[in-house]
Amino acid sequence: MPYRLVARTEPSLRAQLLVPLAAILLTLLAGSLLFTLLGKNALDAFYAFFIEPLTTRYGIGEVLLKMGPLLLIAQGLAIGFRARVWNIGAEGQLLVGAIAAGALALHFESSDSVWLLPAMICAGTLAGAAWAGIAAWLRTSCNANEILVTFMLSSIALQLLYYLVSGPLRDPMGMSFPQSALFGDAAMFAPLMDNTRVNTSLLLALIASLVAWIFVQRSMPGFKLLVGGQAPEAARYAGFAQKRAVWIGLLIGGAAAGMAGVGEVAGPLGLLQRSISPGYGFAAIIVAFLGGLHPIGIVFAAFFMALIYVGGDMSLVSVGLPNSSTTIFQGMLLVFYLACFLFAHHRLQRIEIKR
Amino acid sequence: MLDSVIFLLASTLAAATPLLFAAVGEAVVEKTGVLNLSIEGMMAIGAATGFVVATLSGSYVQGFAMAAIASALLSAVFAGLVLTFLANQVAAGLAIGILGLGLSVLIGKEFEGTTIIPLQDLDLGTLSELPFIGPVLFSHDVMVYVGMATVIVCWWVLSHTRLGLIIRAVGESPSAAATIGYPVLLIRLLAIVFGGAMAGLGGAYLTLAYTPLWAEGLVAGRGWIVVALVVFGMWRPLRIAIGAYLFGAVSLLELFIQGQGYAIPSQLMSAMPYIITITVLAVISRNPRLIRLNHPASLGQTYNKSA
Repeated sequence: MPYRLVARTEPSLRAQLLVPLAAILLTLLAGSLLFTLLGKNALDAFYAFFIEPLTTRYGIGEVLLKMGPLLLIAQGLAIGFRARVWNIGAEGQLLVGAIAAGALALHFESSDSVWLLPAMICAGTLAGAAWAGIAAWLRTSCNANEILVTFMLSSIALQLLYYLVSGPLRDPMGMSFPQSALFGDAAMFAPLMDNTRVNTSLLLALIASLVAWIFVQRSMPGFKLLVGGQAPEAARYAGFAQKRAVWIGLLIGGAAAGMAGVGEVAGPLGLLQRSISPGYGFAAIIVAFLGGLHPIGIVFAAFFMALIYVGGDMSLVSVGLPNSSTTIFQGMLLVFYLACFLFAHHRLQRIEIKR
Repeated sequence: MLDSVIFLLASTLAAATPLLFAAVGEAVVEKTGVLNLSIEGMMAIGAATGFVVATLSGSYVQGFAMAAIASALLSAVFAGLVLTFLANQVAAGLAIGILGLGLSVLIGKEFEGTTIIPLQDLDLGTLSELPFIGPVLFSHDVMVYVGMATVIVCWWVLSHTRLGLIIRAVGESPSAAATIGYPVLLIRLLAIVFGGAMAGLGGAYLTLAYTPLWAEGLVAGRGWIVVALVVFGMWRPLRIAIGAYLFGAVSLLELFIQGQGYAIPSQLMSAMPYIITITVLAVISRNPRLIRLNHPASLGQTYNKSA
């Protein structure tokens, strides 16, 4: 082999920017191959998937609507991931946040207090953090693997939601449909753009991004967290606790996911029902990686992932692409990202062959 | 009462078989130091492929074979990511898992919700007619016994052969194994592909024998329980098998309890396997010495040959 891989002494910024772009390009290429195999015109499919959503005001609104929860959750998860704390149960933390906020909204159904929505945000955020806290507690006290525990907890949260919407929180007037009554107006986020479904919860996600940027790039706790997860030995030497990294990583991730859950039920849904999230908690894992675990990168990654969601829905109607396209695109994105990521930390070096 | 106990025990073997295949495969993969979290996606690919091929060809043999091949191919992509591109094993497992779930829906698209005649039980003659033992142990389809045989073969290979010794050496210290001259990457690749094929067989058992139909999301979290089972079994095939059978029994308790007329919310019963998994995981992981003695030392760490 005339080339060999050499580790870079420091990660190249240019390479780090090129990696996600290359991953997106490769995903598009592989996607067009897939569409052609399915007997669709690849260009038409691409137009429907990636361009059409951005041509109408409604489409842009939908992309921004889906960007909110993805952005919020991914910012939270990335903080944990940087410390090698693997929270893959954001979906469940989102659901628990939605349940807590929803229960509050239903209890004060006729309230028109301006404090109802802030109270719901707090309740949802705390509930999400508490749900992730179970995993943090089991990891720090029993050494139970947080990957498995967070995933299992999200399956339990889903069953909890099913139970509540078909039992205690079901709308008594709802013809026994498994859903709650509609929330009052005071329990809803205000619209942000006319003729779209975007609401002010998007601002929460943007503020969270700013806070994440300050925390990660500019604060000592953020640095301790990074070291505590990536180099436990060095961290112990410097007096940073690894257990604390587990707690902080999971609590922040859970809180962000819980807050995103509030945004869903107090935004586009307006009630509790069996399906609250189209897999935002799992897609946000990909968003966090695609954004290079960096608060600014994640903003762009969240936009792109939201586009895939909306494009998937739209192309289902206009080009007849299978509804699994979104999931396949998400998987391919992460696969290609991980493959390309090698070149952010390594470079190819030509080996001179002496004759 | 005896009838329902016989039914429960007999069904346990069938319910545990998908877990058994996938968990023993994953144990071999983890013994080489690689953590493959994509079991859920690989089982889904196996379930969809097996169902489609068996429906179209009418042959169960072809169904199971193609399921194993399809999942093995997907696991080869995983192997490429973690072995060649030095990707983080957790992230790579999640990526392949998501890809597998998406592809399984695509493969099974035309067959969503359709059923198939389940794999027939073997006729073991007088063995099957023995009281109690006959219906419990000797009235199953061939894959239940293939699953048991796979466990025993894997146990034998891992603990009593030279190949097993090499596999364990690679998992404990890949750099030391490479220094002695073992092809670390090749061994890990073969283990990953083997694990993929086993997950595929487990998935195909779901659609061709256990349920027997194809529907999106049919694997329903079993792939994650499999990963937990490997920890419960302390990376030892025989213990993993016991764990798989216990879980098979737990998953059937729902039917049993409802049959006895207890009013327990069905959602609590659906959540029960996860609640039990978390509890057992916490209890077992509490003992650090037990984990440290059995846990492959290099599990989850990226191995870079040139470094």
